[in-house]
Amino acid sequence: MKDIIYGINGPVVTVKDTRTFSMMEMVYVGNEKLVGEVIGINNKMTTIQVYEETTGLKPGDPVTGTGAPMNVLLGPGIIDNIFDGIERPLKAIEELSGPFISRGAAVSSLDLEKEWDVTIKVKVGDKLSGGQIYATCPETAIIEHRFIVPPTLSGTVTSVKPNGKYKLMDTIVTIKDNKGVEHDLTLCQKWPIRNARPCSERLPATIPLITGQRVMDTMFPIAKGGTAAIPGGFGTGKTMNQHQLAKWCDADIIVYVGCGERGNEMSQVLNEFSELIDPKSNRPMTDRTVLIANTSNMPVAAREASIYTGLTLAEYYRDMGYHVAIMADSTSRWAEALREISGRLEEMPAEEGFPAYLPSRLSEFYERAGRVETLCGSEGSVTIIGAVSPQGSDFSEPVTQNTKRFTRCFWALDKALAYARHYPAINWMNSYSEYFTDLDAWYRENLGDDFIKYRNKITSLLHEESNLMEIVKLIGADVLPDDQKLVIETAKAIRVGFLQQNAFHKDDTFVPLEKQKLMMKAILHLYSKSKKIIAAAIPISNITQLGLFERLAKMKYDIPNDKPEMFDQLIADIDSSLAKLTI
Amino acid sequence: MIIDYVGVKEINGSLIVLDNVDNASFEEMVDIRLDNGQCRHGRIVQIEGKRIVIQVFEGTKSISLDNTRTRLKAKPMELSLSPEIMGRVFSGAGVPIDGLGDVYPVKKANINGTPMNPVSRIYPRNYINTGISTIDTLMTLIRGQKLPIFSGSGMKHNELAVQIVRQAKISDDEDNNFCVVFAAMGVKNDVADYFRRSFDQSGVLSRVVMFLNLANDPIIERTLTPRCALTAAEYLAFECNMHVLVIMTDMTSYAEALREFSSSKGEIPGRKGFPGYLYSDLASLYERAGMIKGSKGSVTQIPILTMPNDDITHPVPDLTGYITEGQIVLDRDLEGAGFYPPVSILPSLSRLMKDGIGEGYTRADHQALANQLFASYARVQDARSLASVIGEEELSPIDKKYMQFGKLFEQRFVNQGSENRTIEQSLDLGWKLLSTLPKTELDRVDDKLLDRYYISDPDRLDFDTDSKENQSEEE
Repeated sequence: MKDIIYGINGPVVTVKDTRTFSMMEMVYVGNEKLVGEVIGINNKMTTIQVYEETTGLKPGDPVTGTGAPMNVLLGPGIIDNIFDGIERPLKAIEELSGPFISRGAAVSSLDLEKEWDVTIKVKVGDKLSGGQIYATCPETAIIEHRFIVPPTLSGTVTSVKPNGKYKLMDTIVTIKDNKGVEHDLTLCQKWPIRNARPCSERLPATIPLITGQRVMDTMFPIAKGGTAAIPGGFGTGKTMNQHQLAKWCDADIIVYVGCGERGNEMSQVLNEFSELIDPKSNRPMTDRTVLIANTSNMPVAAREASIYTGLTLAEYYRDMGYHVAIMADSTSRWAEALREISGRLEEMPAEEGFPAYLPSRLSEFYERAGRVETLCGSEGSVTIIGAVSPQGSDFSEPVTQNTKRFTRCFWALDKALAYARHYPAINWMNSYSEYFTDLDAWYRENLGDDFIKYRNKITSLLHEESNLMEIVKLIGADVLPDDQKLVIETAKAIRVGFLQQNAFHKDDTFVPLEKQKLMMKAILHLYSKSKKIIAAAIPISNITQLGLFERLAKMKYDIPNDKPEMFDQLIADIDSSLAKLTI
Repeated sequence: MIIDYVGVKEINGSLIVLDNVDNASFEEMVDIRLDNGQCRHGRIVQIEGKRIVIQVFEGTKSISLDNTRTRLKAKPMELSLSPEIMGRVFSGAGVPIDGLGDVYPVKKANINGTPMNPVSRIYPRNYINTGISTIDTLMTLIRGQKLPIFSGSGMKHNELAVQIVRQAKISDDEDNNFCVVFAAMGVKNDVADYFRRSFDQSGVLSRVVMFLNLANDPIIERTLTPRCALTAAEYLAFECNMHVLVIMTDMTSYAEALREFSSSKGEIPGRKGFPGYLYSDLASLYERAGMIKGSKGSVTQIPILTMPNDDITHPVPDLTGYITEGQIVLDRDLEGAGFYPPVSILPSLSRLMKDGIGEGYTRADHQALANQLFASYARVQDARSLASVIGEEELSPIDKKYMQFGKLFEQRFVNQGSENRTIEQSLDLGWKLLSTLPKTELDRVDDKLLDRYYISDPDRLDFDTDSKENQSEEE
């Protein structure tokens, strides 16, 4: 019996009296073959969420199963591409249906006709197990695509094709498993998006993801394979921070998921990334970036899937031995998609209408991050950086609170800082990173013990300032003793000169760790020297007149990234100016 | 074969339920004929086998279980479009109400539209000169942007919107390509009339398409009004290559209509009783702003919403802020002090501004100046809160300077009345105001700009505060 639609309610479609479908199976709905997924089955009714607009569907329209869970096609051509939430290539859809996305557009996720320059890495008789590399090809100028045996397969190579140009579906290697069944290995494979890809071992988070953003690298670092959340109300710069990270962090590959966000933002990413040149490789940023754009007006069910699609692509490249960072902007939109579908299913709501399974879904998502030893024995990582958009900037709402439980790095964005145009508006009092102790050894080894010492001193000065500001708010700064005034002056220099960072300035947009360290050193040098002078009963106004604090505030612009030796001059200048006071 | 279904099975709020219906499709339009000859329109919002739920746009008043004949129209809700719609007035559901007869359609379009492919979007970069200092300098409006006005009851948001239309039009050199689509949702008759008169006075009425759903019109129609308006706007922009400015007021009424409809459908409510899909629903409207490849036109949106109880964290302004590219927030204190336009500087923002200003667009110093003005004005707030505790007399000299800067800034820069300022005038005024602060306080601008624009000579900073103050008192 053919399965037909019984009921329709928004993106949710039901089929009556059928036993054909399995949970999470991908199905085609209606005559236009809209993509959907089975999300509920009982004796009478099968419930399907449809990833496209359901206008015009009728009871009686056919529903056909695919026999497999919702999956994505993995192979060369992913990088430098832009997909929607269920891995449909938006550029190809544009060619097919113009500037507006029509329904049921049947396009292959990856280009089937393009020929790839494949180098075979195995020979007949080799034993292959899941995750091992059998061939490679250059995917973009900087990324080598490594073809890996699907994790579920293993066996002995029975035939190989010579090196040369092949299309996506061409068989290049055949293996025979221990049951004697032959499997063809092509340039692509499929993987269900809701299942994590296996790895052989998880490694500790001991290497930082270097972002070039001072407040992140120094104050609240994140490890490769770590998880971070960026919560903030609208206008506090979540997207801006995500863009900065996507541009500058030292991952090999970036997966940028625009989940329920603005269309113009995605076109900005497209524009900017194709113009921006990666300093390490001298190639456009797009050569290492995959974009997944499911903007807020695109179907809500596909928004829910987009996060998993992005993660699966990230894990696929991790398994080749790359460090991948995935930016999810924003996980709140994803949670809202969950809520919307849950409401349509008339499930019992928990907090604020969100389904009760919100925390478990969030933890499943963040647990797919990690630095691992891959099945082929190399090292790779997936770092997840998720933006959270709390309703009414209230961090006590369920998505932020649950995210906090499952991420170890929390960059809290602050409205007051954003209003004062202090960017990045990461509040140094509310944010934290649990990775600092894990990364301690790395910092000591690569930057010397000083780095940690300076960082701790800076943190304590900022805390001291915040305590003093409580008093200042009540009685004004004038009544404070000079040594406390110095703390306030120094903290101001830290805030303006160090924590604030100008994303539009050519030098300041990315700052190497060495310069970050020297900047801290210069600030603390002035602080400790001034402290001695004040102890000798010289008023602080004599010091502030010298304009040294202003110089510190501008050192990020004045000293280019490639001339750290200029800091010696700066410190010498500080010494000579201050020396005049004590004579 | 056309079938009329006689009678209904159930009536609930604006929804009616029919049973034993064959061949209904989701979101299909229906005509409902009453025995007294009235014809109402509706849309199928839920199907369960042969049972269908219909949303009646004009309301279910005087519908009984037996007095109706329902006919399925076999198509989704469509709007008739042609370039002739300019200058016309439609009801909230897109029916002409100006007595000039039906529109002869060149094209019919589904009012739900289809999502724009992000790849086909052109990133908006051209700024719109509104002639208002605060907006041009600090939250520049960009063509293809969606920039809402967050206001409260009784504030001058309508005046501001009209002023933007009037002045943006004048500065536009491709004049004959400009048009306005105005969507009124649940506003009072006077307000709709004010807009109509103002458009008439500034001579743009023949280029305005109006969709009016007034406060006493049915709420279901209200949920269609912005969709009709945006469908018209998309048509004018992307097929007639025009620059369309869409003014939608009041989005809060729209969201409330949606809530009313949702609760009558028995859906599970989210925050403050609004449906869980409010975000997606608002996004399906706001995201229809933009520019696309292959077309010269653009859709720029200025939605106006009143924040209930001036609360910016209320779900409607909150979700709007997450979708739109910035916001212009109006402030009751500034309004109370008699300043117009009462734009609250600190929470206002334009996200697209950074790429549409600076050299080649406005002036090279624009971004730095804007940053500095924001930072300095934020500092003024600190000084003020301190002054409210210890008194203005006790402030340190530098805080006193800030207090003075804040006062001047509000009097001269924010409070501009109906004057139309060029971008140069606004920027120069900004520099002049900053020059009342010591040079060392300006840490957001680099020295080159300071040398060029900072006015060190105190004589050139004559703001003749007294005369201006008197003036504003007279006003």
